[in-house]
Amino acid sequence: MNHSDRIRRMNSAVMTGLTALCTLLAVGALLIILSYIAWQGIGSLSFQFLTDSPRPVGEGGGIGNAILGSLVLLLLSSVIGLPLGICVGVYLSEVGRGRVGNVVRFIVDTLTGIPSIVTGVFVYAVLVLPMRHFSAFAGGVALALIMVPIVARTTEEMLKLVPHSLREGALALGAPQWRVTLGVVIPAAAPGIATGAMLAIARVSGETAPLLFTAFGSRFFPTSLNEPIASLTVQIYNYAISPYDEWHAQAWAATLVLMTLVLGINIMVRFLTRKKF
Amino acid sequence: MSAVPENEGMNFVGQGSTWRRVLSPTGNTGDAVFRVLMFGVALLMVAIVVSMVVALTVDSMPSIRQFGFNFLKSQRWDPIKGEFGALPFIYGTVASSLIALLISVPFSLGIAIFLVEQAPHYIARPVGFLVELLAAIPSVVYGLWGIFVLAPFLRNYIEPALASAFGWLPLFQGSITGIGLLTGGIILAIMVTPIISAVVRDVLTAVPGSQREAALALGATKWEMIRVVLVNGAPGIAGAVILGLGRALGETMAVTMVIGNRAQISLSLFDPSYTIASAIANEFTEATGDLYLSALVELGLILFLVTFVVNGIARVLVWNVTRKTGGVGRAA
Repeated sequence: MNHSDRIRRMNSAVMTGLTALCTLLAVGALLIILSYIAWQGIGSLSFQFLTDSPRPVGEGGGIGNAILGSLVLLLLSSVIGLPLGICVGVYLSEVGRGRVGNVVRFIVDTLTGIPSIVTGVFVYAVLVLPMRHFSAFAGGVALALIMVPIVARTTEEMLKLVPHSLREGALALGAPQWRVTLGVVIPAAAPGIATGAMLAIARVSGETAPLLFTAFGSRFFPTSLNEPIASLTVQIYNYAISPYDEWHAQAWAATLVLMTLVLGINIMVRFLTRKKF
Repeated sequence: MSAVPENEGMNFVGQGSTWRRVLSPTGNTGDAVFRVLMFGVALLMVAIVVSMVVALTVDSMPSIRQFGFNFLKSQRWDPIKGEFGALPFIYGTVASSLIALLISVPFSLGIAIFLVEQAPHYIARPVGFLVELLAAIPSVVYGLWGIFVLAPFLRNYIEPALASAFGWLPLFQGSITGIGLLTGGIILAIMVTPIISAVVRDVLTAVPGSQREAALALGATKWEMIRVVLVNGAPGIAGAVILGLGRALGETMAVTMVIGNRAQISLSLFDPSYTIASAIANEFTEATGDLYLSALVELGLILFLVTFVVNGIARVLVWNVTRKTGGVGRAA
């Protein structure tokens, strides 16, 4: 082995080692962030913190209204966004092949790339301004707009994985296309579609920017969809930028709750799809 | 001959059945209803994007009429005097995104290369999942972590070291607070790394194995073989980077919380800055007066158009590489 060969081998070993180091650092960053959240957040967690509504500085208080608000917003956005997203996915995979389908696919991809803050501005312009007040409904619509393209594209991909012979078999038995789609193709792809839906829910449960001027936030428990509503993320933001140590501690505890939800969904999805992908 | 009227008759029937075929190729009424319904929902998506452009444009008209192109060139952002110029925000957005790419691109490439070319299957899968989890952490959580962990760390260790080593550069002069352009860029870098590396993984996976075998057969070392693979996937990698850029440009909460939010253009990376997205997040609810609000909406319109173009370019680049192998890909 001559000199230049040795240099080439050393070079190769160093560079491949560096790629492993990059991966190690990324995983390290994840573990540092997660463990720091757990360490900071666990101290302020209590039953009272999880059920109480916010109080002035020095009097404790909790995030019960924010947890409930986030759940209401998630439910609202799922009710609006999931059916729409699944229908668009069905259209892309089963109906709209060809040029029109490509236009719709392009539009859906465009929606995916829109910064969530712009979605917030849009919903403010078309819902909050005409209604003249912030509302849980507007927040739910903003989150639904973020959900739809995610659900649509995963649904499309899952439907395309269903073997063609299944469709042909059902059609050959005399079933019309709509029955084939609803009765054979969608059930076959149902686990995948559910996975996409869960990931979309996890994604929007961490959204803050589109809620700032749609759902706005509130210090009370929600009573109506037609008024501002609290959410975990906006609460975390407001507490994080406040000057009070007590609220900072509460922000970390609220983050721990939020991360449990988000990571819980992600890990569950991973566990459920382990064998398929 | 009676062929002419017959032909007309055929045409008439033909046209009628063209419409029916569009609605329902099978001639089944249920199919027609089903297809119209699905098409209606798809049309709704088109309507939403169109109305987004229209609504943002209409609401930013007062500002567009008042300032015209000067909105993009002016450095003054003075809500009290009613002067609005977007240049400081454009600078802050571009600068923080470039810092983010500068840091995250080498890391993302390294991660993707390690996971695709080197790690055995039983390591690549769980580790790949962990890296993707970085993308699952909400923006506001990164912001919280940025304020209380990253900013003090940069203020106490990294920024003083940079200032003493490269202090002769205007980039590293100025007061050290831990809150500023550099902190925003680093937070963004952590946030876009999982996105870029996921797309690069798809791109590298799409490079045919024969390329690797050919390189190795010619006596290339592992790293030389990887370079061949990288050259093959170059357009797709460029697409991945641009996709990361699109994400960084529009990222809001984390940046808002650590960048300092001051509308100024300063060469120093330590100084506070402001991005388009954080200006909207910060000032939208307090905007008094139609002109102020409309200037903020115009910022939103700019952000929409820029991310639209950037994402479009990225998608074409990535798609050109991954479609050859029919890879479904997470490259959204």
